[in-house]
Amino acid sequence: MKYLLLINAGELDARQSPVGCEPEDWMRFDKEITEAGVVVASESLADLVTATRVQVDNDGRRTVTDGPFAETREVLGGFYVIDVPDLDVALDWAAKCPGSRAGGSVVVRPVAEFPGL
Amino acid sequence: MTVNQVEEVFREERGRLLAALARRFGDLDLAEEVTSEAIEAALVCWPVDGVPPNPGGWLMTTARRKAVDRLRRDHAYAAKLAVLQVEADRAAPQAAGDELPDERLQLFFTCAHPALPAEDRGALTLRCLAGLTTPEVARAFLVPTATMAKRIVRAKAKIRAGRIPFRVPGPAELPERLPGVLQVIYSVFTEGYAASSGPYLQRLDLAEEAIRLARILHRLLPSEREISGLLALMLLIHARRDGRTAPDGSIVLLEDQDRTHWDRDMIAEGRDLVVGSLTGGPAGPYAVQAAIAALHDEATDFASTDWPQIVALYDVLRTIDPSPVVALNRAAAIAMRDGAEAGLELLDELADEPPLRDYHPFALARAELLHRLDRLPEATAAYRRVLELAGSEPERAHARDRIGELEHTEAHADGV
Repeated sequence: MKYLLLINAGELDARQSPVGCEPEDWMRFDKEITEAGVVVASESLADLVTATRVQVDNDGRRTVTDGPFAETREVLGGFYVIDVPDLDVALDWAAKCPGSRAGGSVVVRPVAEFPGL
Repeated sequence: MTVNQVEEVFREERGRLLAALARRFGDLDLAEEVTSEAIEAALVCWPVDGVPPNPGGWLMTTARRKAVDRLRRDHAYAAKLAVLQVEADRAAPQAAGDELPDERLQLFFTCAHPALPAEDRGALTLRCLAGLTTPEVARAFLVPTATMAKRIVRAKAKIRAGRIPFRVPGPAELPERLPGVLQVIYSVFTEGYAASSGPYLQRLDLAEEAIRLARILHRLLPSEREISGLLALMLLIHARRDGRTAPDGSIVLLEDQDRTHWDRDMIAEGRDLVVGSLTGGPAGPYAVQAAIAALHDEATDFASTDWPQIVALYDVLRTIDPSPVVALNRAAAIAMRDGAEAGLELLDELADEPPLRDYHPFALARAELLHRLDRLPEATAAYRRVLELAGSEPERAHARDRIGELEHTEAHADGV
């Protein structure tokens, strides 16, 4: 079963990196989860100021805007897609992820399965 | 066996069957449907053919056959479930002979899984493990049947789609997960002890369901001392049920209860469990609360209650569970040991704690202490607050009576 782990950073320091999480923590976690052989995909996202939003209205007109900028303190900073037997295993990986610490959180979403495909 | 006796047997057997099938097929809906069908088949066959030598095995075989029939009709689904079944069989220890393995423990942990909404956990536990029907569960939580049906469907969908496993947490995880299961059972009990609304103070059926669930859990995990503690706590409180209300349904306070109406056998059972739950390491919060309940039960009358010992136990409890509710109960015990003034001082320090602001027992404790101190206008105002927060009709009636009494006394004191 595939699960998406959405990593929301908590408080950011002056360099826009999450408070309390050192790059070494991330490297250690990434190595562990990769070596466990459960990772389907993973990326960390570039700084939020680089984000661009696209919307298409009912007339087919495209609107491109700068942002969105976070209205809450939590900012989506990256994700993993993992393939594990059940939710408990996915939650264990989420708890190990440095993004779940220091006011951050990891949201675990099962990937929809379509029978017959 | 009468139909009632048969149904009683099936209620227990149902949970067992459901748990085994849910783990086998990884699908609570399918497990529920075929469990019900197997029980219906038994109700038809057994009165004619006689009860089979191994009723549990008969039910399991029948339910499994029905599940397989259903799966044959739905091929895509069957393919997916076949995989699940192989995985589940690999993970499960093989049952000896025809003995139906008891997998209800797995189901307890699934129903109380922290990934489910808190309000759905109790509902699912009553539905799956206590064998209540959806309308019965709806009545338990005082919501319309349609609302409850939707909540149960939603919870089962999350278990299936999110693949919440049917498993007992390992030893490392157990201390983190067991309190969640105990909390579900205790919340059913507390609603039974003091109903949050309705015509009756107590809802004895709910309290008894909670005790029944704790007994099952206790049999499954006999060495977990907090389970013994929770079962003891509920027995020691439930033992007073007949003393807590007058024949007309009105509230009788602990100090006025006729203690000969208390259930001595239940107290004795609770006491034995408390001893077990307190020995062999640091005591958990349920064990300490059970010890406090035992001290109340053992006192021959209110005046001879061992208040110093009760305060000492609340001091212990506060180190394990530093919640405002525990502080409130401790303050009430201190009021008994050191006098109303000392208790009221502690209560007033707690008045701004968010969990206590709209908490009926807090308002009631404060009103009673003001009354004992003869601060009548304040006591009257405090009982008005109690009335606002009261849940069941007897709780409201109690507050109204006190307000009436106090206004009467004040009027006389004023020479009117």
